[in-house]
Amino acid sequence: MQNNKSDATEKVIVCKDLTKRFGDFIAANEITFDVYKGEIFGFLGANGAGKTTAMRMLCGLSVPSSGHALVAGYDVYKQTEDIKKKIGYMSQKFSLYEDLTILENIEFFGGIYGLTRKEIKEKGRSLIEKLDLQSEAKKLVASLPLGWKQKLSFSVAVLHDPKIVFLDEPTGGVDPITRRQFWDLIYEASARGITIFVTTHYMDEAEYCDRISIMVDGKIEVLDTPSNLKRNFKSTSMDEVFYQLARSAKRSD
Amino acid sequence: MRTLIFLLRKEFKQIFRDKAILAIIFVMPSVQLIVMPLAANYEVKKINLAVVDNDKSTYTQKLISQITSSGYFRLQSYNASYDQAYEAIKSDNADLILEIPQRFERNLVRENKEKIFIAVNAINGTKANLGGAYLSTIISNFNNDIRMKLTVGSRFSQAPTIEIVSSNWFNVHMNYRLFFVPGILALLVTLVGSFLTALNIVREKEVGTIEQINVTPIKKHYFILGKLIPFWVLANVIFTIGLLLGRLVYGIIPAGNIGLLYLFVGVYLLAALGFGLLISTFAETQQQAMLIMFFFMMVFILMGGLFTPIESMPQWAQIITKFNPVRYFIEVMRMVILKGSTLRDVASQFVAVIVFAVILNSWAILNYKKTN
Repeated sequence: MQNNKSDATEKVIVCKDLTKRFGDFIAANEITFDVYKGEIFGFLGANGAGKTTAMRMLCGLSVPSSGHALVAGYDVYKQTEDIKKKIGYMSQKFSLYEDLTILENIEFFGGIYGLTRKEIKEKGRSLIEKLDLQSEAKKLVASLPLGWKQKLSFSVAVLHDPKIVFLDEPTGGVDPITRRQFWDLIYEASARGITIFVTTHYMDEAEYCDRISIMVDGKIEVLDTPSNLKRNFKSTSMDEVFYQLARSAKRSD
Repeated sequence: MRTLIFLLRKEFKQIFRDKAILAIIFVMPSVQLIVMPLAANYEVKKINLAVVDNDKSTYTQKLISQITSSGYFRLQSYNASYDQAYEAIKSDNADLILEIPQRFERNLVRENKEKIFIAVNAINGTKANLGGAYLSTIISNFNNDIRMKLTVGSRFSQAPTIEIVSSNWFNVHMNYRLFFVPGILALLVTLVGSFLTALNIVREKEVGTIEQINVTPIKKHYFILGKLIPFWVLANVIFTIGLLLGRLVYGIIPAGNIGLLYLFVGVYLLAALGFGLLISTFAETQQQAMLIMFFFMMVFILMGGLFTPIESMPQWAQIITKFNPVRYFIEVMRMVILKGSTLRDVASQFVAVIVFAVILNSWAILNYKKTN
């Protein structure tokens, strides 16, 4: 499933030997990879492999211990606030305000990303139409089912048209139909030129990615397209590839 | 600036949507201001008195009725012997024993002197002290009356006596509520301001929304202002409600300038909110924040001069109170409301809270990290 929109020449994430240590524990160990504009980059690994740590460094939430990385052209040590203008982020924990309505959340996040009133209004309306939430728009987010919340959360994360959107297990605990709808949203964003950086535990979702990396014990073991990986590991599914790699893992949570 | 408006709009919406917070903000202070000053009484009344009257004369009758009519004492028992009265103290039915010797009246009239015995149950120190003092005063008044009566007709008392007349300034009727209510109000404003700020931010940590904020380009100082301003406004509202209640319920009308009070509160709140903010940067859960807050609040309350005067604390404790912002607020409240002190009178307290505000907020801002 190669995305035609991806531009193989422009790198939006350049990551070289990026490392994060917590005392003796090396959460991310000299990880090196590039992500290209418009691509859907799958970031896989067992629990505790270091995915979230790596992602937090790239988002400017966590300072690396060593190594280099540029995100949207900005340095992860010195220009974290510039990075933040250019990215969207959706964490494992649902992170919209439950005690605000859908519209109020859109207004708030649009506002702090510097969208104009007019933009907020227009984008908000089209977002609500796309998600078919017209009748819920004025309800508190807390009252929505999980799947809807996740879709909303993603749509809010790309509201300001970021260069890259980071998704940390966005579909955890969501039913298969909603997951499928969620991926439609991802494709749509990718078609608009937004680079998708996504972690997941669902191997069917891994197949949807343009390229995937698999982390084991803080290191990136493999990085390739899903079809190349299956060929190299002589497997018929991503599941098998993952098992072969993750079995060797020494740590888990 | 635009960001700040979006932040404020969001905070106010959330606050007004949370019914529990609203109740805490408006109902709790009102109830506390109405109930606490009425219940927590500094005056000692209803002191239980056990009398052992070995004389049973008209004089002793007069003395006892003078004591009981003072309103401070309640005649608990009339005993035949001291031992019997002592039993009453042991069983906690009496606080004081007054023993009148035999031939009290006769000796007083004939020999011009007599002794009576007072025994005080000192388990409750305050009650014992005041009870003993009240009783002594009543007896000495009684004594003067008799002297007058006995000397009248012959010659006027030659013994030179100094009569002490005192007048109470700033609180003419010694109404302890005048003194208590401003203190409680100071405490309430502090409590609501710092508690709510700390809990609000820690809640965002717990729920995980703060991570979403940290990944946006929001400037740190905007985020912090967005948190401080709403609670600054709310605390001012509470302060206003408190002043109105003080006026309506207790008839307390500030003697000093109300503008000065608000100016002080405005600055003081920066310190109180900064304190809440600082706590929130250390605490990861609301539970932790509550416990840390509770610890400091106890110290602030007990060492703030609300219940016990700071001047009578030991030297080391007085030094600790200098690091207690609540102390300055209580002082200023009492000075301005009761005495009508001016800006110049409270200048040193102003400087103190400004220092607190600067230190606490700078520390909190340094400690709050969007990236860690």
